Amino acid sequence: MLELFTELTGDALLGMIINSLIPLVFVIPLALFFVWLERKVSAHMQDRLGPMITGSHGWLQTFADVLKLLQKEDIIPADADRKLFTIAPILVFAGSYAAFAAIPFSSAYIGSEIDMGIFYVVAVSGLVVAGILMAGWSSNNKYSLLGAMRSVAQIISYEIPTVLVILSIVVLAGTLNLLKISEMQTAYFWNWFIFGGPEPGLIKFLLIPFMFAGFLILYISSLAEVNRTPFDIPEAESELVAGYHTEYSGMKFAMFFLSEYANMFVVSAIVSAVFFGGYQSPFGYLGNSLGISWLVPIEQFFWFTAKGIFFVFVQMWLRWTLPRLRVDQLMAVCWKYLIPYSFVNLIIIAFLELYR
Amino acid sequence: MSSYFKNTWEGLYTVFVGMKITWKHLFTPSVTIQYPNVKVPLPERVRNRLYVNMDDCIGCDQCARACPVSCIEIETVKSLPTENLGTTSNGKKKALWVTKFDIDIAKCCYCQLCVFPCPTECIYMTDVYEFSEFRRSDLVYKFATLTEAEAEEKKLNFENLQKEKELQKAAQAAAQNNAQQPN
Repeated sequence: MLELFTELTGDALLGMIINSLIPLVFVIPLALFFVWLERKVSAHMQDRLGPMITGSHGWLQTFADVLKLLQKEDIIPADADRKLFTIAPILVFAGSYAAFAAIPFSSAYIGSEIDMGIFYVVAVSGLVVAGILMAGWSSNNKYSLLGAMRSVAQIISYEIPTVLVILSIVVLAGTLNLLKISEMQTAYFWNWFIFGGPEPGLIKFLLIPFMFAGFLILYISSLAEVNRTPFDIPEAESELVAGYHTEYSGMKFAMFFLSEYANMFVVSAIVSAVFFGGYQSPFGYLGNSLGISWLVPIEQFFWFTAKGIFFVFVQMWLRWTLPRLRVDQLMAVCWKYLIPYSFVNLIIIAFLELYR
Repeated sequence: MSSYFKNTWEGLYTVFVGMKITWKHLFTPSVTIQYPNVKVPLPERVRNRLYVNMDDCIGCDQCARACPVSCIEIETVKSLPTENLGTTSNGKKKALWVTKFDIDIAKCCYCQLCVFPCPTECIYMTDVYEFSEFRRSDLVYKFATLTEAEAEEKKLNFENLQKEKELQKAAQAAAQNNAQQPN
């Protein structure tokens, strides 16, 4: 894709810029859609209707909200550390946006086909932690700082089970490249890693329960990494006002909000790429059977988005089902349950792979 | 060790139980009533904004006296003997011009005490409840049907009548005095 843009514009730099802006064009409308979806899902789960006035079933509500936020005064508290305060939302958004670089949207488009793909995504989402701590510290507000510290403790702890589960998939796939991992799970849904991966045989069936366990662990810990309920103690609105973004207003607040929803999608995309075939269709492609080759990437893009939206929906579903955990419970879930389970899971999967 | 696995199982299982419940609620019809567009039908005897049917009002001032917060102000002027004000719908003859009938609905406590004493049942509570205003003075409803000029005219008429009567009385008294004092 990068070569195409370079050829079209005749300039390497311009091509790169266009290539890097494509996920932004995808992410911003998607984040707006997610905010709307969150409100609708929460409303309907509580037997309410949610936004109904702006547009049919309120679908324009978030556009109106963003317009309002754009017009809002950008307030910086008098005692805040101005530099860090301004950088923090940018850093948080940059962290979550950078993760899109290694996520394959379809076989035709991936921001950057690096062999360290999934490792890069895990590493770069660590940048979000720095941004959140910066926001909490520079606000000079005790609630912000408490929220930020909780957030950092939580994200760093839950990175361990996430990485261990991802590692077990890497053991199976033999590559860190997300495009290659997705490419492996092609053709039909029983080739997805959740159903034991593409290689047929007895081991494939033996792997299935461990894959399901791995999926559950990854999904739970990724929920914690994006600060979603039941792990939303960094933003616990009933205890900490709004956590690390209490003091933010206007577009800076919108940046945090945007990156939160972008992060939700990144995490869902990783889950679907690792366990559910990424952009692969569960049952062949219309483009292949009709002989229209350019239709295939579009279909892949559709499946990628559909899977991402589905997992984001499940995150919302969980949010409106479960109450918030206490701090000690949160840490107990991670260190006493998820980490031992993911370790055992990794070892078993590695052995099964060894004796394939 | 067994309690450890039991904990894990219970943790997962209860989450799925909860998710099943919220999933069901996702498809139950919502209970929201979208207020400005859809309104709940009110019960028959609701007490909301007051209304006065001035065609039936005889200006008896009983509602104003019944009001515990004095939100009704009525001023009346007697009609001339030559004027015909018509009758109310239940057959009472009207004898007074109602020059002022103001209800300050901001003060009203919706007790309905003004409704019962009315002999012609011309003051009653309606089911209108959306009448917010930006200024409190806009909540003073003027029900009098006469314009200010007309009201002024009626007052003058009445005053003239009084003066005429007084003049007549004075003339009569003078005449009597004259009669009583023989030269």
